[in-house]
Amino acid sequence: MNAATLFGLCGAALVGFGLYGLVTNPEPLRKILAFNLLGSGVFLVFGVVSRRAAASGLGGDPVPQAMVITAIVVAFAATAMAIALVLRLLQETGRSTLNADNSGGTNTDRGNS
Amino acid sequence: MTILSAFDIGLVVLILGIGASTIAAREAFTAVIGFVVYGLLLSIAWVRLSAVDVALTEAAIGGGMTGMLILGAVARLRLAKGTDTRASLPVRFAAGGLCALVAAGLAIAILSPPEAIPTLAPMVMENLAQSGLGNPVAGVLFVYRALDTLLEKVVLILALLGVWSLAPDSVWGGIPGLRVYAQPSSTLTFLAQLLPPVGIVVAIYMCWVGAKEPGGAFQGGTVLAAMWLLVMIAGLKNVPSISQPWLRLLLVVGPVIFLAIGLAGMVLANAFLDYPSGYAKPLIIAVEVALTLSIGVALGLLAAGPPERVQQQ
Repeated sequence: MNAATLFGLCGAALVGFGLYGLVTNPEPLRKILAFNLLGSGVFLVFGVVSRRAAASGLGGDPVPQAMVITAIVVAFAATAMAIALVLRLLQETGRSTLNADNSGGTNTDRGNS
Repeated sequence: MTILSAFDIGLVVLILGIGASTIAAREAFTAVIGFVVYGLLLSIAWVRLSAVDVALTEAAIGGGMTGMLILGAVARLRLAKGTDTRASLPVRFAAGGLCALVAAGLAIAILSPPEAIPTLAPMVMENLAQSGLGNPVAGVLFVYRALDTLLEKVVLILALLGVWSLAPDSVWGGIPGLRVYAQPSSTLTFLAQLLPPVGIVVAIYMCWVGAKEPGGAFQGGTVLAAMWLLVMIAGLKNVPSISQPWLRLLLVVGPVIFLAIGLAGMVLANAFLDYPSGYAKPLIIAVEVALTLSIGVALGLLAAGPPERVQQQ
């Protein structure tokens, strides 16, 4: 097994961890964190799979690398948006849970109107 | 077993251990600290895969910026009421089993290489010399897939608009609610005075060297954003209100110049986002410089969050 395959398997395991955290952890913030873990696992798998094509005397294939860079920046933008939504939820309702049947939903309609 | 493969195995064990701890940790704070360390370790993995550009981006944005953003949110959510009910044990087992299946499927895909491997790398290298760039990744970002790069900048600005739109009407156009810890003669103040000159030079260097070596607008912009945030958090510089014209100008200058050069390409070269031959490198450098500024401001403002205070008159 060469180094690239090892990191590929690592990426596959990270996807599993991230997915598990995303599904089972009830806190929105931890879900965001797990989603980032899942995303970085996907990037790693993608990077390793495409690296097999490393040719032309390069260490890696530049096309997927450029795509992963773009993906990391877009993932950051999505994370920032998600966190702003969670903080707004806290500001509006005083709680930070996705549990709909949890009490405290009386002042939820005090929006931007 | 060589030293290098032992290093790789150790690195993978560390990444998996810390990655799992960000999921398993009880405290959100512990999980975020774990996530930052995880981002840095992952960037070493990218170096081992000889993707230094990705490693720089992962360390700066994936670990640093995301970590800072979530850390700020954790501090605020301490005040939150309401307890979340954890999933019951059978549900967690079932979820764990299914997630393990997904991971196993991916592992099988990695372990069974395809017959023919599609790659664009030879084409990239063949035509790279025409653009005058030495770094193939920068070549892909600014020549072959320039539209992706342009749209990505637009995504950053759209995300920022989304974050700003979450502010209540009364504080629209106000000052972002970044926590400021202004304590004179603290370590933070000292660092906020010491680091920015170095950081700005590093950012300019990264932006400049990106044409030839790993580096570029993203990485430089992130360093700029980090320096800006450090100065604002230490209270040495006020957080600007989002309605400042100079701020909005800096935000759009990168994408606008990129778009303008792209449109000029329709007349001067043959296609949208094409560069006239012989002028590719200077134009790309101009775009990179403008983008570095815009990315720095956009990332800084994304981390600062939606406006929370009205500007003092």
